[in-house]
Amino acid sequence: MKKTSLAQKLINAPYMVWSVLFILAPMAMVVYYALTDRDGNFTVSNLASLSSYSETFVRSVWYAFLATVICLLLSYPFAYIMARSKASRQRMLMMLIMLPMWMNFLIRTYSWITILNNTGILNSLFEAIGIGRVQMINTPGAVILGMVYNFLPYMVLPIYSVMVKLDQSLVEAAQDLGCNSRAVLSKVIFPQSVPGVVSGITMVFVPCVSTFYISQKLGGGKFMLVGDAIEMQFQSAYNYNLGAALSLVLMLMIVVCMLVMNRFTDDNGEGAMLF
Amino acid sequence: MKRTKVLSNLYLALIMLFLYAPMLVMVVFSFNSASSTGVFQGFSTKWYGELMNDSVTLQALSNTLVLAVVSSLIAMVLGTLAAVGIHSMRKKWVKTSAMTVTNIPMVNPEIVTGVSMMLLFVFVGKLVGASDVLGFPTLLIAHVTFSLPYVILSVLPKLRQTDRNLSEAAQDLGCPPLTAFFKVILPNITSGIVTGLIMAFTLSLDDFIISYFVSGPKFQTLPIVIFSMTKKKVKPDMYALSTLMFLAVLLLLVLMNVLQARAEKKEKQALRAKTEKGIER
Amino acid sequence: MEKNSVIIDLKNISVSFDGQPVLKNINLYIRDGEFVTLLGPSGCGKTTTLRIIAGFQAPDSGEVIFEGKVINGVPAHKRQVNTIFQRYALFPNRNVFDNIAFGLEQKKLPKAQIRETVEEMLALVNLKGFEKRRISSLSGGQQQRVAIARALAVQPRVLLLDEPLGALDLKLRKDMQVELKNIQQRLGITFIYVTHDQEEALSMSDTIVVLDNGEIQQIGTPTDIYNEPKNAFVADFIGESNILDGIMHEDFSVEFHGMRFQCVDKGFEKDEPVDVVVRPEDVDIVPPEKGMLRGRVTSVTFKGVHYEIIVDIHGFKWMVQTTQFAAVGDEIGLSIKPDEIQVMKKSAYSGLYGDYSSYSEEFDELSDPQSQAEQEAPAEV
Repeated sequence: MKKTSLAQKLINAPYMVWSVLFILAPMAMVVYYALTDRDGNFTVSNLASLSSYSETFVRSVWYAFLATVICLLLSYPFAYIMARSKASRQRMLMMLIMLPMWMNFLIRTYSWITILNNTGILNSLFEAIGIGRVQMINTPGAVILGMVYNFLPYMVLPIYSVMVKLDQSLVEAAQDLGCNSRAVLSKVIFPQSVPGVVSGITMVFVPCVSTFYISQKLGGGKFMLVGDAIEMQFQSAYNYNLGAALSLVLMLMIVVCMLVMNRFTDDNGEGAMLF
Repeated sequence: MKRTKVLSNLYLALIMLFLYAPMLVMVVFSFNSASSTGVFQGFSTKWYGELMNDSVTLQALSNTLVLAVVSSLIAMVLGTLAAVGIHSMRKKWVKTSAMTVTNIPMVNPEIVTGVSMMLLFVFVGKLVGASDVLGFPTLLIAHVTFSLPYVILSVLPKLRQTDRNLSEAAQDLGCPPLTAFFKVILPNITSGIVTGLIMAFTLSLDDFIISYFVSGPKFQTLPIVIFSMTKKKVKPDMYALSTLMFLAVLLLLVLMNVLQARAEKKEKQALRAKTEKGIER
Repeated sequence: MEKNSVIIDLKNISVSFDGQPVLKNINLYIRDGEFVTLLGPSGCGKTTTLRIIAGFQAPDSGEVIFEGKVINGVPAHKRQVNTIFQRYALFPNRNVFDNIAFGLEQKKLPKAQIRETVEEMLALVNLKGFEKRRISSLSGGQQQRVAIARALAVQPRVLLLDEPLGALDLKLRKDMQVELKNIQQRLGITFIYVTHDQEEALSMSDTIVVLDNGEIQQIGTPTDIYNEPKNAFVADFIGESNILDGIMHEDFSVEFHGMRFQCVDKGFEKDEPVDVVVRPEDVDIVPPEKGMLRGRVTSVTFKGVHYEIIVDIHGFKWMVQTTQFAAVGDEIGLSIKPDEIQVMKKSAYSGLYGDYSSYSEEFDELSDPQSQAEQEAPAEV
């Protein structure tokens, strides 16, 4: 008994040390910097000054919320159709969905400028068919589109992974008991897919609410998000303390959102967790 | 019945168009003869040629590869050890807290992970009196850290599937404990380890946000170089680079898919053989 | 080695997990060549005892002695005992041949010798020609045989079997019982067999060790255990029993249901309260006027060979197994011969096992813990 626990400790030690040094200590650093001034003295002024960022926070959450909802609406039918396809087709669709995720997201996002620009591909198309130019780039819509585009696969894959495991005989049983196809969807399929939906929502919402590149490129820097504010403090304003305070609040905000999300499901999400 | 099929196919196609439109733009404009990423003026491959002579980009590419190889290997070893350790933890609360800590880098927004590590490095740097701590070591630490949970989470399920008595059976037959691990446990979890390795490798290749905060001017990875280029006007050589990367990824994915399909087929055959045996009985 | 000398001796073994005692001061010796069964309900400590002998579990206190030498500190891989695990624990990445050869490879034996031994073992378990088969392509019974061959290949002095037949269906289990017993007799090695199945224990063992709650309740031959259970637990766990409160008035005379019966037990105090066991098959049905006891039939179940009749006698429900038919509602008499009454001292278990008033066959099936293989969904990639 004692001998095995020694071996156990030896196995666990490297990871324990690593996670304390590089997972927990950095978190402590964020708290430390958020609660101190440049000279290392305790202060709450960083947190107090966040009130001027309230608009930024609200905007971030709102955009992220919209993007998440759109992702969900687009992904659900997609995942459903995909899960019901033949195995070979499923594999191909899976590959097509994953392929963009492996590409550098900076370049992919940048490409949208070419499409959405005032002289871009879509506007050229609109002019050709006589609609006239539409201002698309540098609008909130473009930012949300960028979010949806970037994080759509993160919604599709978890929903797909639960749908594909869904027992087809459940659907048949429901039909057998007199459910029409709409009732089957709302009473059998949707409740079963909730874990996938929940994990999809967190996987899309978290990067959306904290993004900075998308808003800079597709929003033209006009719509500052929390991510932009943090990036600014660290990479140009060099006010680490304020940046840490922003990060701390962002982190807490996400924890709160996740707790609210988790109340919708008993599942700990491990089964549906994709990555 | 047929109409729903057409509709669903149309839907899939539209989503695919949405996902691939920017990639298409990227590929087309990489062959633009002008230096614009807005107007297509004529076909040319000159940007590919230019790319080959761009020492900054090539240096960044090799940096990225070196970092990805080293960090994913470290993450693989450390993560596998951690998974074995976590798997054999007996006390429930210890296990739960270990898993919670493991999940932190996955659920935290990348920007927070990046910022927090940067703060740590800067803080430690100040303590030891070094002004420019950010570089390859800090990048390496950060990449290993964010890759670890993926390795752990792909090895753990394999361990759970492995018969708990396997290692004991080997010891029972005269195998010392450590040898038993290598002889009977490791072969059973190899696929999980490889999956974790591949994930760690690709995550490291692709990471921008975390690297952005923990890298210094001395050691830049490709995503960081791309970022600084997209701050100015992007020339088609970036598109050329991305097109090449796209092709590489496509090839890799197709290869993986073929392998996976083959493995599944094999598994199915084994299963069939088994059920046939069952009927025989 | 002289036959029937003690090969394994457990002295004052105690173990607890997280403060919960699992084994309480176990003392047990096992003779060379014996077929010993550790029998008990799940959680009684039988598997822990086995793991202590195998070396997978160190006792908190007490000594494990193998052929006169204390082996507490000897790690599992250096002990001359081998285990057959509940779910076989075959190595899935090796084929049948390589599984059986595993232990021989550890001994660094020459290739030719390994091949010879493996072939011999495959013949022993009737699996000739299966060398190249993958483990996943084998049925449960075949996997079981490979596990046996693998353990026997290294010529253990003692073979430990942890509910080896638990995962097999009934028919196959019966066949394997016979086969295991044959193998044990042919090779003459010691088998220590763990099971919760009392029938299995009765039919295979030389000696049965009944365990409950981390304590040995009784050690004896199958006949002893069945005919002379030491306490209410053993009586109830092995076979069916009617267990009644009684008073031992003097030697050879016991009272229950307000009547005195002649019996063959002696050595109790005068008027000592006791537990009385009567096996259902030992009760004869007679006309009411001729019966020592009288009661009304409340249920009759046809069991093929016999009827199982529940008789209500002064509110106590007796179970009687008989080939005679009686209808529900009939008044019948029961007759019991003196040597069919077993008198036991009162124990902690007295009163825990009532009559058959709530008897249902389902309880038997419920107490058959088929260990479910833990299937967890692999994480998606």
